[in-house]
Amino acid sequence: LKGEKSAVAGAQTMEKLTEYKDATSYNNYYEFGTDKGDPVKNAGTLKTRPWTVEVEGLVKKPGKYGIDDLIKLSAQEERIYRLRCVEGWSMVIPWVGYSLAELIKRVEPHGNAKYVEFVTLADPKTMPFVGSRVLDWPYTEGLRMDEAMHPLTLLSFGMYGEVLPNQNGAPVRIVVPWKYGFKSAKSIVKIRFVEKEPGTAWNKAAAQEYGFYSNVNPDVDHPRWSQATERRIGDGSGLFAKRHKTLLFNGYEAQVGQLYAGMDLKKFY
Amino acid sequence: MNKLLLHPAAKPLVFVLCLLPFAWLAYGAFTDGLGANPAEHLIRSTGDWTLRFICIVLAVTPLRVMTRTNALARFRRMLGLFAYFYVVVHLLSYSLFDMGFDIPAIAKDIAKRPFILVGFTAFVLLTPLAATSFNRAIKALGAKRWQTLHKLVYGIAGLGLLHFFWMRAGKNNFAEVFVYAAIVATLLGWRVWNSARNRKAPRAVPTGRVQLSK
Repeated sequence: LKGEKSAVAGAQTMEKLTEYKDATSYNNYYEFGTDKGDPVKNAGTLKTRPWTVEVEGLVKKPGKYGIDDLIKLSAQEERIYRLRCVEGWSMVIPWVGYSLAELIKRVEPHGNAKYVEFVTLADPKTMPFVGSRVLDWPYTEGLRMDEAMHPLTLLSFGMYGEVLPNQNGAPVRIVVPWKYGFKSAKSIVKIRFVEKEPGTAWNKAAAQEYGFYSNVNPDVDHPRWSQATERRIGDGSGLFAKRHKTLLFNGYEAQVGQLYAGMDLKKFY
Repeated sequence: MNKLLLHPAAKPLVFVLCLLPFAWLAYGAFTDGLGANPAEHLIRSTGDWTLRFICIVLAVTPLRVMTRTNALARFRRMLGLFAYFYVVVHLLSYSLFDMGFDIPAIAKDIAKRPFILVGFTAFVLLTPLAATSFNRAIKALGAKRWQTLHKLVYGIAGLGLLHFFWMRAGKNNFAEVFVYAAIVATLLGWRVWNSARNRKAPRAVPTGRVQLSK
């Protein structure tokens, strides 16, 4: 899956790419197991065709999109984003997709649609850990409308010039580069426009640890660890790799800072 | 069995076996074989092995009594010291690879994060046990006091489990924690049951005796 170099501001970081091998074998995708080596082992069972994404809720044009129609909805772009996991590690990944805003504009949300909720696949037949009590399935995530409309918010179908590997959220996922990785829902089956802030999987599991916003922020620690620094996966020096300083909004402050003007980021973590 | 355990090669063999996980990790570290996040792998694995050795050393006495293989007691000290060895490597890995040996930052981190504080406390409590594991220390303390001191290991096992539980709590992923907890509970439960039985029928089976082996 090829994409043209994106012209969106912030979409072309010059940092060294994480190796494909690391980006596709060190994953959090709990439907396939809680160990980071599990998804690559177990996600082979995921069936990505046929696949439909249902758009519903407060929109003028709700509908069902077959995955191949959804891919063709707008021109594919390549975007090189930093990915910061809430656990304190990070990667640099070339994603392929288009701004979620392209889809949102086409379905014409009503004025009272304030949030977008993403519902992901929870199929116990193909996902061995759905049914475990780790999370409340299906995994759901959400964004405020202005976050969802931001050009950096990507509806992604591929990475490294290929279609998404199953363990990375095939066939379609969200990538929100200024938020912790878990905000970027994988294998999406429903996009719902709602008026009230939707519940999200990790917030429901541990509200004091994972807030709705979950913007990358070095000054707001996770209750059990500091978020001031991060380990860049596979940056060459192996065991002795120096930790990097974590940047506010994962370094995308110039692009997204205004979304949170006046908000107490410690309160809305 | 007793004869086999008393063989002169038995202790060196067990020593090498206990060192294998460390050797395997060290080999992985030097050959880039620890996966995408080698530091995390090293820290977690050495933590796992600490817990495993605590379980192993706690199993020595129940096994010895149940199977009447007194020679097992010869290995208890070495197994306990290996638990300490792995916790030292665990702490050093965290200090070096996570914190870059920044001592003030480490002190702050320990104070701030309850699960690290609990783990660190367990390490601190295990230190006097390791330090008094040689025969002269046992003689100097007197067997009774030595034994009382070394009963600390029951509490340390609990702290180690709590440390692990808390580490996994954020991910709601307790399956492995419960396995270790069940093992420790069984081993400690056996002690309670056994001492109650001994009180009823004294001298039935000797247990918990300090073994002064050379």
